[in-house]
Amino acid sequence: MSENVYDAIVIGSGISGGWAAKELCEKGLKVLMLERGENIEHVKDYVNATKHPWEIPHRGLNTQEMIKDYPVLNRDYTLNETNYKWWANEKDCPYEEKKPFNWFRGYHVGGRSLMWGRQSYRWSDLDFEANAKDGFGVDWPIRYKDIEKWYDYAETFAGISGSLEGLPQLPDGKFMPPMEMNIVEKDVAARIKKNYNNERTMIIGRTANITQPHNGRANCQYRNKCWLGCPFGAYFSTQSATLPAAQKTGNLTVRPWSIVTRILYDKNTKKATGVEIIDAENNKTYEYKSKIVFVNASALNSAWVLMNSATDVWEGGLGSSSGQLGHNVMDHHFKLGASGIMEGYDDKYIYGRRANGIYIPRFQNIGKDKRDYLRGYGYQGGGGRESHLNNIAEASIGAELKEAMSEPGNWTMGIMAFGEILPYHENKMILNKDKKDKWGLPTIELDCEIKDNEQKMRKDMMSEAEAMLTGAGVKKVHTYDAGYTFGAGIHEMGTARMGKDPKTSVLNGNNQVWDAPNVFVTDGACMTSAACVNPSLTYMALTARAADFAVSELKKGNL
Amino acid sequence: MNRRDALSRVALLMGGAVIGAEFFLSGCKNEKAAGTLGLTATDISLLDEIGEAIIPTTNTPGAKAVQIGKFMEMMVTDCYDARDQKVFVDGLKTFHQKTGELLKKDFISATPEERKKFIQALNDEQVNIEKTKKESEPSHYFRMMKELTCLGYFSSEIGATKQLRYVETPGKYDGSFPYKKGDRAFATS
Repeated sequence: MSENVYDAIVIGSGISGGWAAKELCEKGLKVLMLERGENIEHVKDYVNATKHPWEIPHRGLNTQEMIKDYPVLNRDYTLNETNYKWWANEKDCPYEEKKPFNWFRGYHVGGRSLMWGRQSYRWSDLDFEANAKDGFGVDWPIRYKDIEKWYDYAETFAGISGSLEGLPQLPDGKFMPPMEMNIVEKDVAARIKKNYNNERTMIIGRTANITQPHNGRANCQYRNKCWLGCPFGAYFSTQSATLPAAQKTGNLTVRPWSIVTRILYDKNTKKATGVEIIDAENNKTYEYKSKIVFVNASALNSAWVLMNSATDVWEGGLGSSSGQLGHNVMDHHFKLGASGIMEGYDDKYIYGRRANGIYIPRFQNIGKDKRDYLRGYGYQGGGGRESHLNNIAEASIGAELKEAMSEPGNWTMGIMAFGEILPYHENKMILNKDKKDKWGLPTIELDCEIKDNEQKMRKDMMSEAEAMLTGAGVKKVHTYDAGYTFGAGIHEMGTARMGKDPKTSVLNGNNQVWDAPNVFVTDGACMTSAACVNPSLTYMALTARAADFAVSELKKGNL
Repeated sequence: MNRRDALSRVALLMGGAVIGAEFFLSGCKNEKAAGTLGLTATDISLLDEIGEAIIPTTNTPGAKAVQIGKFMEMMVTDCYDARDQKVFVDGLKTFHQKTGELLKKDFISATPEERKKFIQALNDEQVNIEKTKKESEPSHYFRMMKELTCLGYFSSEIGATKQLRYVETPGKYDGSFPYKKGDRAFATS
């Protein structure tokens, strides 16, 4: 095999790219995984993961220099002294916002699999059938039965802990033992169940943190520092799970600092022949050839790569013949809910820092339940004992202050809603050829907003949160709406959606680009609707499924 | 969830303590830091003593033992914007003037009782101001000092391990862990 020729090229090394590389390598293909940013080596490069709080100079808070360099990150929790360097450099990689859009990117090996929230939920047919039923977007080309065994497969390898609940809207999976609810959460859960006649449930979060040793990874140690990288490998990331599996085959080549500029397309065979990259360090251009290409650059960047490819055939790029490429951008809207205090648990406390919370699965627009909006939402949250340090402003001074601050405070219970955003064609990204990045490449302009359906849903999210907590005996319940900016959910989806018809979708039911069957897109870009649950587990399952299909088609000589 | 809320994230990092966080998130916007504050060694010593009055030595060391003056200087230099830096630095001058007027001596020469009384009055003053000031207005300088002292102390090695309970790697989770009045809070990560 010549130096620049592989069986498969995977663009991106995050959650879905890591899965693509693992699956293709394990099936015997020689794989080149391209990553636009630096390498981050498992454990060795988790520089802050084992530091004590006093070893972090500003104790995690932001310096003015950080705020100046990362104005977008500064809009959210994402800017933090302990791991801000794992988010994309905003000066080198600018983007434009026609309407406000928080785009939080991880440009390094592992991508956002290193910083992700790890909540892992299956979709159900309630989600796969949603577009067909209410007419927004196009119908999914698949149903739950098509992906079920791939969820099994993804969960078994990734290691998802969770409880079996038998809920139709949130199917059970192949779980490791669940993490535990604390005493307050258990009581609130029991009351919610009773108050709503078992029609609402509060369960422990299903999370990609392992609770038993698994494939050489140690189980979660309850440190709750996942976003710094886990020295125990206790949460799923490219580095902890898919990368070592892919490397073990001897079939993987990883090339960091490789910005894919376009997919090379042969208009005679109507197939991709490889990719072109710019080396981000030396600015030189290279070409790599392969039989198949997996595009896993994250939803917006995957669409960007397609838009820049085969422009001699289609002005809007590869996959644009449907008129849908770059459209239908989705996310989850959130940042509102309710919280309050729980009385009567003064003799109880919490040992250990659980990197997980509770989950209240969707209960709206299910069965007989009808709301004045479409689709629905779930709540994430948790109970805990707060610190007296919250009351610092009013508290006294001296020994009295010192002692008061050294005792735990009230038990609190809070929930925050995460809701579905409909696939609106007009929510889109545009290639901006006038504004270039550090490498002279066109940038992305984002034009997305939530509309009436989401606004109506938000009102309901607040009032239901208040009612559920109040009914469960939570005191001093207050509601909040911190405001949602598109993208802040860090669940960008929909820019190259799957569908049944090449006229209205970019990908078919096997994640193949209709216009180039040896190109597969299996990250958030492929999503036809958003559901209300965290999407990464579905990317894993879809990627494994598409890789299986791709290799079988290759063997049949169809690609 | 835990990765979603700025305040709770900072709270998690700070060991459940949202001290300073609210202030930093609302008070530190895009203005550039003004560089060094021009504080003298005497100023740092004074900040040490102010910190010690806020969190004194009891059966465990106080704020002076964690070099709280230097910590405050670093935080104000690196993290505060120019407006808040000015409030802090001017506040230190005001503090010095007030001690002269009210105590007729330097803070450092005052007795522990005099110091406490003086600091208590300043605390009352900041509490009142915080109640009425607009969110866009800067905090009272003493509130800054108090927040920074608590932040620096409880996240220091002494504060976390001697005054609080610090468990670097808990290894398990117990959501119904026995607690009795007087037990110390856990310092977290």
